Amino acid sequence: MAYMHIGKDFTPPDVPGKVTGRIKYAEDYTREGMVYARLLTSPIPHARVVDIDASEALAMEGVLGMLTADDVYPDGEPQSTGLKMLTNEPTLVGEPILAVAAVDEKTAETAISKISVTFERLPFVLDPLDSLQPGGADAYNGGNTFVFRQGFAVEKWSADQVASFRAGNEPTAEPQQTVAYGDLEAGFGESSYVYEGTFTNAGYPHHSMEPRSALAYWEDGKLYLHGGSQSLTAFADGIAGVIGVPKEDLVFVNAATGGGFGQRARAGSIPVYGVPAKLSQKINRPVMMRVTREEEFTIGGARQGLTGWIKVGFKPDGVMAACDLWIVSDNGGKGGGADAYSAADCISVLYQADAVRFRGTAIGTNTAHRGAQRGPGQNQIAPIISPILDVAADELGISRFDMRKINTPMTGDVGGPQRTPFTSAYMPEALELAAEQFGWDERQSRRRQTNGSKVIGLGIGQGYHNAGRSGMDGIVMMGPDGRLKIHNGVGNLGTYSYASTSRAAAEVLKMPWERVDIITGRTDLHLPITSPQDGSNSIFTNTRAFYGAAQDMLAKIKEIAANDLGGTADEYDISNERVHQIADESVGMTFAEVASRAIQLGGKYTGSADLPEELAEWTQISVSRLAGTGFMGVFHDSIHEGNPPGFTVSCIEIELDKETGKYEILDLINVAESGTIMHPKGMENQLVGGAVWGIGLSGYERHLYDPQNGMPASTGYWQSKVPTYLDTPVKIGTGWVDLPDPENPVGARGVGEPAQGSVSAALTAAITDALDGHIFGASPITADMIINHVAGTSEDSVPLAQNNFRG
Amino acid sequence: MLNEGGKQHVNPKLTRRRFIKGVIASGAAATTTGAWYSATGQDRPSGFVERLIRLNVNGQTRSVDVEPQETLASTLRYKLGLTGTKLGCNRGECGACTVLVDDTPTYACSVLTHSMKSGRIETVEGLESANGDLHPVQQAFVEELSPQCGYCTPGQVMSAVGLLRANPNPTREEARLAMAGNICRCGSYDSYLDGVMRATELIG
Repeated sequence: MAYMHIGKDFTPPDVPGKVTGRIKYAEDYTREGMVYARLLTSPIPHARVVDIDASEALAMEGVLGMLTADDVYPDGEPQSTGLKMLTNEPTLVGEPILAVAAVDEKTAETAISKISVTFERLPFVLDPLDSLQPGGADAYNGGNTFVFRQGFAVEKWSADQVASFRAGNEPTAEPQQTVAYGDLEAGFGESSYVYEGTFTNAGYPHHSMEPRSALAYWEDGKLYLHGGSQSLTAFADGIAGVIGVPKEDLVFVNAATGGGFGQRARAGSIPVYGVPAKLSQKINRPVMMRVTREEEFTIGGARQGLTGWIKVGFKPDGVMAACDLWIVSDNGGKGGGADAYSAADCISVLYQADAVRFRGTAIGTNTAHRGAQRGPGQNQIAPIISPILDVAADELGISRFDMRKINTPMTGDVGGPQRTPFTSAYMPEALELAAEQFGWDERQSRRRQTNGSKVIGLGIGQGYHNAGRSGMDGIVMMGPDGRLKIHNGVGNLGTYSYASTSRAAAEVLKMPWERVDIITGRTDLHLPITSPQDGSNSIFTNTRAFYGAAQDMLAKIKEIAANDLGGTADEYDISNERVHQIADESVGMTFAEVASRAIQLGGKYTGSADLPEELAEWTQISVSRLAGTGFMGVFHDSIHEGNPPGFTVSCIEIELDKETGKYEILDLINVAESGTIMHPKGMENQLVGGAVWGIGLSGYERHLYDPQNGMPASTGYWQSKVPTYLDTPVKIGTGWVDLPDPENPVGARGVGEPAQGSVSAALTAAITDALDGHIFGASPITADMIINHVAGTSEDSVPLAQNNFRG
Repeated sequence: MLNEGGKQHVNPKLTRRRFIKGVIASGAAATTTGAWYSATGQDRPSGFVERLIRLNVNGQTRSVDVEPQETLASTLRYKLGLTGTKLGCNRGECGACTVLVDDTPTYACSVLTHSMKSGRIETVEGLESANGDLHPVQQAFVEELSPQCGYCTPGQVMSAVGLLRANPNPTREEARLAMAGNICRCGSYDSYLDGVMRATELIG
């Protein structure tokens, strides 16, 4: 289909501000009378605050006030896992206990140093298997696990059960969760190759570059909060509840966000924004809370670590007959997510296994806050499963590429334990495109070629994430100038989805891009509710909503024209910012004239009547404030059916040096299958960015904690090493399938998360390939693990410990 | 732990190690856990160290009240309002605060402002021409959609400008090496390198 905007490159309006430094992040703002907050955080991993003596601090000149957990939770702290604004029951090092406001940060910091906090030290634990041991410490006050709707609980295994699991055997304990489909036993019975083994994925921090600093102040009863979020209205909607301010009294200002990766999508991830908000309310001054890198490490989120056992069976023809997965998740100090289940879901989707069983138990540790991180679960299992497929392929005499084709998902298939049909799935096309662009077949002659201590490894990998939601709202406006204003609450994360999704509305109305304004960046511009910008959903979800709003405006344009110029609405079409009769294009009105007429008519044309009944409360507030101010198109999206998948396929060639354990990525390609491509350059950014994340997952990033004191040892960028220019190839290849999805009006789906998983899968497969099929069963695979394997020591695969020093 | 005295003599191209040694020698400690914020303090006389100094920033002489232990990043952001210079780690790991000092990319979080009195400091705000045209590196970064979240972008821009002044025609590999001190957590390295190579074309 020939589009005016879809699939075309453009410059999102915030890009010039990013290259000039003009665009403002939360900490770049100032406010007259602004004072500064500093946090006092827990120095020990698990404790209870017994007493706080701040008398000396509060008597200091320049100190304006203090905020404690008792202030923010007057009825007691929430008895659940999850981050809190402040706490008297810290369950990890660095958890905020209190905050002090002062005229400058020097004074605030000095005041913090004069506060005496008496802690009751409690037992701590860094690894879920240690906590499962009889007598093992419990990470939370009340247990080591949290059962939804039931509360804290204690989960223990026998010493023999833990030891057996550590030794590589299938866990025999009762899991907290079991999900299954198909006949597992029959599947393994039909299998001619069965792999069975344990694995571990280290957790690691999100490490967004912008620390979660925030500025808050109150004016005329309204809270103005400057912060950073992946989402805009979805986040504001949630943080209003966290802080306890009515939605209509919150103005969330968020023009740009310095990285999120899952931990700035929802209000529960950043309750600490409540600290400057409540301090400001208490002392009646604007409060800036600057957050340090260490604080960002602690409360900025981390990927869940997984410790698992996997058994996979393949039939003689290569079909994955059965997959049995048992995972113990590390939920960290503040609870976690559903990564383990998503890992099983991912295997089911990507490899269409005849039978899958998932069993899982989630256990807390006194380590960093865990939460969704780019492909939570799908991307941990990607580097685990891909080498298994390769070894199976070699055992069965099937090419590794054919192994993927044999098991590929495609349109008409179902996936996941819920057996959900895909809205569409063009994975076969993606596999072919990646293989062709990379020259997979031609490169096979180089496989395992050696040059001195160096050896070539080739890897192929696939990534998946569910990539679309629905049911959101859209608002478009037009004034007498005829410019189209798209009210967009998606949020500016750096994916440019806020701009790409707006293009769907411009497309409907055939508006030149230079005549379109995206209204975003702060909620007092009256924006509709959107889904949180996570789960690779924005493109699919919000093109539906904005497309619908523009369709509503288009229908109203034609109605007004028919009313004023005669005939019926369906006898009209639009072009060049005019509505005109199809039979006689000279009979028509400009959009500017239509907008003026709409404002005269009022009622449904200006959002004053006949609104969709299902609009969210947030949207209703926005619409009520916009009503009567211009020509409005407004829409509430229905719920779609099926699973819109985001897929990627990656191929990698590495040269691994067996003497150093290091490898160079000689070539890497990352190919997307995410429906229609909205914005090629934006897609390219997701693919190259995801590739870098995949390299980090497979090779570098991990938590390290001091087992004696529970102190985090990887709070910085070089300790939990983020890949740099020098760890990534000098050029990363990209490509995409670009076929439309029927459940989206422009055919688009998302892709951000799988773009990491496929590269991690391919890189780990390439390492395995270079080492003659050795499966480490781990992420990351570090140089010392490779050297140990080459040396034949027993330490090539790490013990099943996620957060401790290794070896 | 706060420095109230001690004169700094630090080479503008100093390394982080030398910076720390210099701070220790002066009795100052600029840590990331909070005390560095004291660098923004406005109160208290500080002994014999001259507080009001002149800095050459973006071609202008700026008079500014600077504490002895104050980093250049703090001065630029909190005294001079040049918030284009970002703080990602404040300890010389990420490069978000990169500025040019005498054309050399420099981590502004890791040099003391007092050591910059003789240096020619350039920040991202100083790159545009008088008529508002973007610098070729900025223009190229727009055309190649180099930034993602944008937080590291000013630092990437300044490293690229520094590179192209020293070597107007780098290879992609040379650009990769020159930019290696700037982390991009979004992983947009490939797009930044596309931008640098495009900038070489724009500069001609």
